[in-house]
Amino acid sequence: MKGNEAIAEAAIRCGVDGYFGYPITPQSEVMETLMLLKPWETTGMVVLQAESEIASINMVYGGAGCGKKVMTSSSSPGVSLMQEGLTYLAGAELPCVVVNVVRGGPGLGTIQPAQSDYFQSVKGGGHGDYKLIVLAPASVQEMADFVELAFDLAFKYRNPALILSDGMIGQMMEKVELKPYKNRWTNEEIDQLHPWATTGKPAERERNIITSVELDPNAFERFNHKLQDKYRKMQEEEVRCEQFNCEDADYLLVAYGSSARICQKAMELARAKGLKVGLLRPITLFPYPTREIQALLGHVKGILSVELSEGQMVEDVRLAVDGKVKVEHFGRVGGVVHSPEEVVEALERKIIGG
Amino acid sequence: MEVSIKDIIKPENLVYQKSSLLTEKPMHYCPGCTHGVVNRLIAEVIEELGLQQETIGVTPVGCSVLLYNYIDIDWQEAAHGRAPALGTGIKRLRPDKYVFTYQGDGDLAAIGTAETIHACNRGENILMVFINNGIYGMTGGQMAPTTLEGMAASTCPFGRDPERDGNPLRMTEIVATLPGTRYVTRQAAHTAGAVRKLKKALIKGFNNQKENKGTSFIEVVSTCNSGWKMTPVQANEWMVENMFPFYPLGDIKDK
Ligand SMILES: Cc1ncc(C[n+]2csc(CCOP(=O)(O)OP(=O)(O)O)c2C)c(N)n1
Ligand code: SF4
Ligand SMILES: [Mg+2]
Repeated sequence: MKGNEAIAEAAIRCGVDGYFGYPITPQSEVMETLMLLKPWETTGMVVLQAESEIASINMVYGGAGCGKKVMTSSSSPGVSLMQEGLTYLAGAELPCVVVNVVRGGPGLGTIQPAQSDYFQSVKGGGHGDYKLIVLAPASVQEMADFVELAFDLAFKYRNPALILSDGMIGQMMEKVELKPYKNRWTNEEIDQLHPWATTGKPAERERNIITSVELDPNAFERFNHKLQDKYRKMQEEEVRCEQFNCEDADYLLVAYGSSARICQKAMELARAKGLKVGLLRPITLFPYPTREIQALLGHVKGILSVELSEGQMVEDVRLAVDGKVKVEHFGRVGGVVHSPEEVVEALERKIIGG
Repeated sequence: MEVSIKDIIKPENLVYQKSSLLTEKPMHYCPGCTHGVVNRLIAEVIEELGLQQETIGVTPVGCSVLLYNYIDIDWQEAAHGRAPALGTGIKRLRPDKYVFTYQGDGDLAAIGTAETIHACNRGENILMVFINNGIYGMTGGQMAPTTLEGMAASTCPFGRDPERDGNPLRMTEIVATLPGTRYVTRQAAHTAGAVRKLKKALIKGFNNQKENKGTSFIEVVSTCNSGWKMTPVQANEWMVENMFPFYPLGDIKDK
C-alpha cells in the first residue's frame, strides 16, 4: 500500500480516537483512506474534515485536552498554518501526532517531494522556546509503525510529536505488515492514565485547566525551564538512528527519510569503487543523534549531509562535529530528487577530493 | 422597634447567594464590565442544572481569557479565535459532555470568523456565548468588527469610517441563516430584567445539547466602559441608545 494509506490503517489499529484534517497533495489519501475505512463503525474513531488546517490543529487541541489520542496530517503549506496551534499545544503540554508529508517550497511551491521543512520541524516553527518530537520514516512500514511510536512518545512527554515524511514516502507503494487492532482507551482508562485531562470535574478533584497563559514572569520562567528539562530528557533517552557500514568508514553520509534510501544505494556504489563509506540515518530528528555522530569521529575523515533541501540538517551535523572534520551539504531541491550517482559524485568532489 | 442586621441575615430570609461554582478568586474585570455579570450567570446556570461534572468550557483570548479562574469546572484555553474548533474537537470526542465557548467580538467575529461560521454550519452540538462590546477590550480599545459607524476606538480615533474600515458586522444574523444553528438569540445584561432573560437563554443553550439538534448561539450586547472611556452608568445608557438599534435584542431563531 501507499505510505499515506499506511498512516491511516495504522492510526485505526493503534486505537486513535480522532483525526481532523484538510486536503492537500501529496497526503490527501490519509483522510480519504480513513473515510473509506469508516472506523467510526468499528473502533469508534472520529474522522472529520475541517475548514482549514488552522481549524484541524485546534480540533486536535480540543481532543488532546480531553486525554484522547488525536492526530492530523497535512503537507508543507498546511503545516505552516498549524504553527500557531503547535506552539499552543506544546505550551499547554498536550500530546498529539501531526504528519507532514513534505512538498517543495517556499510558497505554494510544488507538489513534488522535498525535505525543506526540517528547520520548521526541529527548531520550533511557531513562537517561543519549544520543541516537537520529530520522527523521520524512510519506508511505508515505518509510516505505519511510527504512528504508534509517535503517540507513545507524545503521551510519555505530554508533547506534540511530528512524523516528518515527504511526497516520495507518502506516495510510494510497499508491502507493509500491519499490527493487530488495539482497543481505544475507555473514558475510565483516560481518567486513570491522564489525570490532567478535561473530562468534567468531579467534586473530589481540583478543576483541570488546559492553558498556556502565565502572567507571572517568575512562574513562567520556571515553566519554560521545566519544558527544557523535558527536552533534555528526550535528548538523553529517545534518540533513534540506524547505522550502515559505519564501523570502518572513512567517509560518512548522513541522511534521513527518502534521502537515506537513496544514500544507501550511493553507499553501495561507493563501496564497490573501494571507498569506505558509511551511512548514518537519523530516525529522530529531534532529539538529534548528535552523540552517535560524534562517536564516529575517531575514524571518519569527512561527512556529507544529504537532504532534499538547500542545506538545513547539515547545520545539526556541523554542531555535532564542531569543526573536527569537514562537513558539506548536497541535495537537489524544488521537487527534483537526487540520484545515487549524483550523491557519490558530490561525495568525491566536496569531501574526498575537496 | 429597631431591627438589627442580625435579625435579617437568617437562612429563611435568603433570596440570593453566590453560586457555589464561583471560586474565591477576585475577578480582574474593570468595575461595571459586563463580563463579570455573564461569568456569574454561567456559574449559576451550571450549578442549577447540576452540570459541574458534565461541562467543559473553552475560554478565548480577550478580557475573559482567565475566566477559568472563576468557575469551578474543567476548562481549555484556546488560541485567539479558535475556541469553536476546540469546542468541536472536545464535543466530537466527548459527546456525553456539555461544551460551551465564551468569546469576545474580536475573537469570534474577526480572527475566528471561519471557525465560528463552520462550527455553526456543521451544527456542532455546543453552546457559543458571544460577548459583543463593540471593541477590543483586552488590548486597550482598538476597533472591533462590531464597532459602530462613527464610534471611536484607538485605531479609529475619529470614529469608524465605513469607507475605510468597512461596516460593523452582525455575526448573529449571519449564523442564524445557517441550517446548523438551532437557537440564535441576542440578549443583554444591563438591567435585572435583561439578566433574567439572559439566564433563561443560557439554560436553553445548555439544555439544547441533550437533543443534539445543532448549535446554540447567544450574543450578549455588552459594555466596555474602560474601552469606551465612560462610567459604567454612562456606558449602559450609551449601549441602549446606540448599540441596541443596530444590534436589536431578541430571539432570531429557535427551532
Ligand atoms: C493571534 C493573535 N493576534 C492578536 C492578539 C492580541 N489580542 C488579544 S485579545 C485581542 C482582542 C480581544 O477583543 P475581543 O475578542 O473583542 O475581547 P474583549 O477583550 O473585548 O472581551 C487581541 C487583538 C493575540 N493574542 N493573538
Ligand atoms: S477593558 Fe472593557 S471588556 Fe475588558 S474588563 Fe475592562 S471593561 Fe471589561
Ligand atoms: Mg470585545
